[in-house]
Amino acid sequence: MKQVYAVPKSLRPVPTHYCPGCTHGIIHKLVADAIDELGLRDRAVGVASVGCSVFSYDYFDCDFQQAAHGRAPAVATGIRRAVPDAIVFTYQGDGDLASIGTAEIVHAAMRSENITVIFVNNAIYGMTGGQMAPTTLVGQKTTTSPRGRQPALAGQPLRIAEMLATIPGATYVARVSTTSPAHIARAGRAIKKAFQVQAAGEGFSLVECLSTCPTNWGMSPVDAMAWVEKNMIPYYPLGEFRTPEMPETPERGQANG
Amino acid sequence: MAGRKLFKGNEAVAEAAIRAGCRFFFGYPITPQNEIPEYMSRRLPEVGGTFVQAESEVAAINMVYGAAGAGARVMTSSSSPGISLKQEGISYLAGAQLPCLIVNMVRGGPGLGGIAPAQSDYFQATKGGGHGDYRLIVYAPASVQEMVDLTLGAYDVAERYRIPVMILGDGVLGQMMEPVSFPEGSEPENAPQRPEPEWATRGARGGRAPRIVSSIYLKPEELYKHNLRLQEQFKRAEAAETRYEEVRTDDAEVLLVAYGTTSRVCRSAVEKLRTAGVRAGLFRPITVSPFPYKALGERARQVKAVLTVEMSLGQMVDDVRIAVAGAAPVDFLGTTGGVVPKAADIVERAAALARHGAADQATREGIS
Repeated sequence: MKQVYAVPKSLRPVPTHYCPGCTHGIIHKLVADAIDELGLRDRAVGVASVGCSVFSYDYFDCDFQQAAHGRAPAVATGIRRAVPDAIVFTYQGDGDLASIGTAEIVHAAMRSENITVIFVNNAIYGMTGGQMAPTTLVGQKTTTSPRGRQPALAGQPLRIAEMLATIPGATYVARVSTTSPAHIARAGRAIKKAFQVQAAGEGFSLVECLSTCPTNWGMSPVDAMAWVEKNMIPYYPLGEFRTPEMPETPERGQANG
Repeated sequence: MAGRKLFKGNEAVAEAAIRAGCRFFFGYPITPQNEIPEYMSRRLPEVGGTFVQAESEVAAINMVYGAAGAGARVMTSSSSPGISLKQEGISYLAGAQLPCLIVNMVRGGPGLGGIAPAQSDYFQATKGGGHGDYRLIVYAPASVQEMVDLTLGAYDVAERYRIPVMILGDGVLGQMMEPVSFPEGSEPENAPQRPEPEWATRGARGGRAPRIVSSIYLKPEELYKHNLRLQEQFKRAEAAETRYEEVRTDDAEVLLVAYGTTSRVCRSAVEKLRTAGVRAGLFRPITVSPFPYKALGERARQVKAVLTVEMSLGQMVDDVRIAVAGAAPVDFLGTTGGVVPKAADIVERAAALARHGAADQATREGIS
């Protein structure tokens, strides 16, 4: 009998602390699948950020460092420079990466640090209880935007993938969703490609994963999935924004190995 | 380079770190320590090392965290406002017990302050600086040679106790040139090869169990135990690494207490006082954390008065009072804002203390 599904070896067989319906579990599995399939587990060093995924090192079966809020790309830079043959990845949410950590992510991309960034965007601060994030959609209600995000007060949501794609050092930048089997399959391919870019020494790679937060959105998991497709994908279009095949970035990938 | 050679303090500390095995430097420009990153950017590639100019002090100290967590001998340097920005990362380094070297060439504050030398960050350096229950090991050299000597041993100490080490200098020590000799055999190619620490995250090679570098302990009982472990490590360092120097203290009736640049002024004040017939001595803490409470307390028992001199409005004097514990009156003379105390002012104050003892100390306390 052909085996069509297995728990990835790079994921520990333990229950997670994530809320029911949260897509962190799916994204963890996709990352672990990529590490398994590319045979990178014994070289992998992950960097956990601050947010719901702070304990992701309890779930991934590889070396990990826990970073201060927003600083994961800087910590990853230190690891990358100290261990040239390591496979270094960060796992960051949108509060961490798109707000307090904007300087670190921009400059890691600028240096074309040979790291992979898994950026989980659920348009809200999850762990602290549902506050407005830079990625919160206009009109979206959160505990700190009780009347919905108003552009006059809080500006327009930040499109990280598009922004980073303008940086010459960004080798691979994609945005994916985790809201349907087809989307998840595409997300898995993008994450694998990001790790392949790093393994080939080609420089900075980032995959933005649109994700849900049923708890803080106040929705059922099914409704939350539908909300992503109806509201987030139109503002955060899916696709590859930079790939190694695109010719206009000769600077990338040469900075460090 | 066995002979003596003129070195600027900032360049000397950088060369000493390389000879101590430092191969990774992450920094950000700030006066008056820019010669350190400049030297490192030139020198580290020559010895197979890596220099990265970070986007901020915040990023630099977190790069230090990543490299230190991977078991590398790593360094950063800055000056007061930049060290304030690094405090978040320093707290995480302390919490995760990651050895590293941090050089702080202190300038005047608060705020942007000035770029002239100061000792106004003593509290920040010795009492924590960042959030949480932790202490750093902080060396306060008083010459370029001493900065070299302390830096050469800094990684061994940091790794022995898994506590970050700070070299607490100031604008004078960073900018001044003095003759320096490096020990025979200390050339970078002879730097000791450090075995991979059993906690370093470099990839779980050969299927070994994964390692985690972290400072999070959500259960109060676990954080309690963790902080007690940190304290225990610091106490071990206190017992074995506390250092100080005494100058003409055997028969001293007035004891000057000063560290770093200020101690140099006090040293000449002691000679002037002795010439004038005042039995003065100098107690100079070399580690300001751990502070030499015991040795200073014992010395204070024989004197009529203690005079603490600092380039601040009174920070180390708190530790001096704790050490002296009422055995003698503790007076204070301080300058601030980048002004260095004058030997003549110290002589005048110390001579008055020798004449009047503690009689008018109450009226003078806190005035300088």
